[in-house]
Amino acid sequence: MAINELQPTRKPPIFQIGAILWLRTNLISSWTNGLLTFASLYLLYIVIPPLLDWMFLSANFNFGTVNILGFDIKFSEVMADNKNCGREAACWPFIYEKIYMFIYGFYPREEVWRPDVFYGLTALLIIVVRLVRNYKYKNKVILSMIVTYPIVSYILIAGGFGLLPVVETHQWGGLLLTLIIASVGILISFPIGVVLALGRQSELRVIKLFSTLFIEFIRGVPLITILFMASFVLPLFLESGTNFDKLLRALIAIALFQAAYFAEVVRGGLQAIPKGQYEAADAIGLSYFQKNALIILPQALKISIPNIVGSSISLFKDTTLVLIIGLMDMLAMVNMTSNDPYWLGRETEGFVFVTMVFWVILYSMSRYSRKLEIRFNTENKN
Amino acid sequence: MKQQNILSQVKNLTFREILYNNEVRAFFFQVATLLLIFGLFYTIIGNLFDNIEARGIHTGFSFLKNRAGFDILPFLGNYLQEYTPESSNLTVFYVGLINTLVVALVGIIVTTFLGLFIGIARLSNNYLVAKLAGGYIELFRNIPVLLQIFFWYNIFINIFPHPKKSFSFFDVAFLNQRGLYLPKPILESGFSLVIIAFVVGIILTVFMKRYFNKKHDETGVHTSTLGYSTLLIFGLPAVFFLLLGSPLHFDIAVLGKFNLKGGMQIVPEFIALTFALSVYTATYIAEAIRSGIEAVDKGQKEAAAAIGLTQTQSLKLIVLPQALRVAIPPTINQYLNLTKNSSLATAIGYPELMSAFGGTVLNQVGQAVEILGMAMLVYLFISLCISLLLNFVNKRMAIPER
Amino acid sequence: METENNKSNIIEISELNKWYGDFHALKNINMNVKEGEIIVVCGPSGSGKSTLIRCVNFLEKFQEGNIVVSGIELTDDAQKIRKIRSEVAMVFQHFNLFPHLSIVDNLTLAPIWVHNETKEEAREKALKFLERVDISEQADKYPNQLSGGQQQRVAIARSLCTSPKIMLFDEPTSALDPEMISEVLDVMVELAKGGITMICVTHEMGFARKMANRIIFMDEGQIVEENDPINFFKNPESERLQLFLSQILTHDE
Repeated sequence: MAINELQPTRKPPIFQIGAILWLRTNLISSWTNGLLTFASLYLLYIVIPPLLDWMFLSANFNFGTVNILGFDIKFSEVMADNKNCGREAACWPFIYEKIYMFIYGFYPREEVWRPDVFYGLTALLIIVVRLVRNYKYKNKVILSMIVTYPIVSYILIAGGFGLLPVVETHQWGGLLLTLIIASVGILISFPIGVVLALGRQSELRVIKLFSTLFIEFIRGVPLITILFMASFVLPLFLESGTNFDKLLRALIAIALFQAAYFAEVVRGGLQAIPKGQYEAADAIGLSYFQKNALIILPQALKISIPNIVGSSISLFKDTTLVLIIGLMDMLAMVNMTSNDPYWLGRETEGFVFVTMVFWVILYSMSRYSRKLEIRFNTENKN
Repeated sequence: MKQQNILSQVKNLTFREILYNNEVRAFFFQVATLLLIFGLFYTIIGNLFDNIEARGIHTGFSFLKNRAGFDILPFLGNYLQEYTPESSNLTVFYVGLINTLVVALVGIIVTTFLGLFIGIARLSNNYLVAKLAGGYIELFRNIPVLLQIFFWYNIFINIFPHPKKSFSFFDVAFLNQRGLYLPKPILESGFSLVIIAFVVGIILTVFMKRYFNKKHDETGVHTSTLGYSTLLIFGLPAVFFLLLGSPLHFDIAVLGKFNLKGGMQIVPEFIALTFALSVYTATYIAEAIRSGIEAVDKGQKEAAAAIGLTQTQSLKLIVLPQALRVAIPPTINQYLNLTKNSSLATAIGYPELMSAFGGTVLNQVGQAVEILGMAMLVYLFISLCISLLLNFVNKRMAIPER
Repeated sequence: METENNKSNIIEISELNKWYGDFHALKNINMNVKEGEIIVVCGPSGSGKSTLIRCVNFLEKFQEGNIVVSGIELTDDAQKIRKIRSEVAMVFQHFNLFPHLSIVDNLTLAPIWVHNETKEEAREKALKFLERVDISEQADKYPNQLSGGQQQRVAIARSLCTSPKIMLFDEPTSALDPEMISEVLDVMVELAKGGITMICVTHEMGFARKMANRIIFMDEGQIVEENDPINFFKNPESERLQLFLSQILTHDE
């Protein structure tokens, strides 16, 4: 009946666009919304300025003269000490003086290049993982790195083997110790977790029973009980007279604990694989080990990677518990350094510093995990 | 039966065929594993007993009768279990258990409300509110919980005033370095009737709701029962309370020479522990609630709107039932995590199960196997209960599929 | 309000303009629907056809223009919107049945909670409509246990339970496997014959040809051409409609 002439495309009415629209819809679209905005701004007002003031504006930055990368930077005439460093705001010189212990623990200063190389290797590991994302042989590269990294790191940090002077484990502390526990924990617990997951899925009833019992037992108790077990009871399981390194006990506890959690994550991945894959692998005559190594596990692990990273993040957080059994990780260092009679009462600065370090590390890990999740979701859409 | 099958199969095979037969292999593999595990246990336990003898550590549970001999902080379960240094180690166990449960209970309640609030705020249309909630989650999720416990404990210790200058809430509650002093309820003889009235109120409310639901089915008229429910559940006991001459007194703390006396003392260790645990766990609960609400397809809300339901009706009948199905299982899991994390009280000395029994008693008595075993059993039992609860909830809420 | 052929306009849309942010999604829409009319709206994707019908029951808000439904003007008034939504029913592309309720409960929800009917009445009515869409044996099942075609028929029955005067269909068969499309179209045909006002956004040209009183072609946010079915397909006047028909009909025929 009718055809219409072309209608013009117009800009929306002025109060509908841009910043004004945004303000209207997001912040003050109704009375309640306006009230919420006001309450939020008020909340920010009473929290942020005092915090910034304590941390930066009124804080004491009198580090004296500091040598950074060869340049002498003068912060103040003389470094502040506990008396002339105020109480109402942060005393950062305390952190500056103690920072070696926070990062290296009791590691002998003349050997400090070794932990530094270790830190460098860790950073290198992370960078290489990112770089080879699209490289054809990336799996081989990553695998070989994961195998050599622990060996090289151990020789570096612990010494011995006639290569480097020995540094006992009780001298390891601070961030160094945290990183070591976390990385060793992840590297050891992961293969064990995979085996446990396969065991739990197994058709052999005995294997399935013991795997399930182990996993459910570990997941039902707090980590601290396992740490105590390792600390007090494990030495009794060995022949009398063996000296059981304290760090080793903690590592075993954490590895076994985390293995159970990894096992559940991998089990989720295994269950997500369509039954047809198992059937196809059987149909072409693969043995149990071939089937899992070549077909099932690669797919299961790929699906589970975001959850594996998530579980690793939890592990990193759990490393702080070793302070309770007497290992001097970064958190323990804060407690210890604030008992220094010279710098009495500075725990708050210590806690704030350590909080910032942990937060940066963990936040980066969770950002990475989220990126992985997005990548896997878009890949799996096909 | 299985063995019969294997045997009958095996009888007619050559040796080579036996070796490769899957069922035979499975059988032997399992037997080998069993032998390995039992062998391992045998060696380990053997060493264990040898070492225990060598070091002169006692075995058995007789230590539980022994005098504990140490002081512990005032704790909330004092009604249920008196404690002095003369009490036995077994009493320490009970005290620790009660304290763990109290921390878990209070923590669960606080974290649920907090998590609900943050989770809903995260979805708000208000940009600031949503971002603030998101910031909260990102901040407290990426700091280890032990660090958070230390941090809040440190802040509370520094901020709470000296007992002489206690912070006062309308002169009935006080806050100072020694803790939060709430009025201690002293129940007198008539109070049990008030409790009975409360229970009766609840039962009557249930029946009333059923009656009104039936009426709605039959006549289509919907009556709001909220007012009546409140009246019954709170009004009925209140009436009894007044009639019986208010059989409830409060012991309010009074400033003595150096310190507050009386009242119900809640130590800063408890406050710091519960606060830190709640704040931390709330981040996970907030995410669970958010994912629950987001899991409800946008089309559901549109369909609900299209058939004429109000916002409240849509929420109650369509959105929440589906959102809760997704949100409740991870939330229950977080309750378990909170309970397990309460064991970190060891670090700041609050006398719950691990720190009092698994800590001090362990140090004094040295029988790690028995003590840790008892503690682990408790946690395993709690885990089991929560798992059963989860299973039950999942079965009840399951949406029937093809 | 003009009255032609002694049937009044049940929907009047005048100078309707809608923007999504900066994007001008609906441009100067003018459209009147008489009581009992069957209208089919078609056009390429992104042309604004879904947006248009979703404005009619206020699932989408619009910035300029006027919509009057059944004598009630559409504004941001909750009462008015509810009233309009009780006269206008919508069938969605993805059915949007409530998965946690049984089929029967899906249907009785609105009558019980919006129209205050008794449970008995509502259930009787629900079973009657389930019978009408030929699915009464599934009454106590749950939506996820049904096929796509069955779910859509339930969705149609659900809309009928509120006794609407107008039914809006937003691409009702686009999410269905081919073999299930006809069972849903059969129901729609039967409804159309019953005299209810219908606006359908669809690609099913067979249905349009058979049942529509008017077919509206939209492109890039505006109504380009409208005509009765015969002339729409035989004598498309605008170039864009000619292009569209050439693309869509080579597959159909």
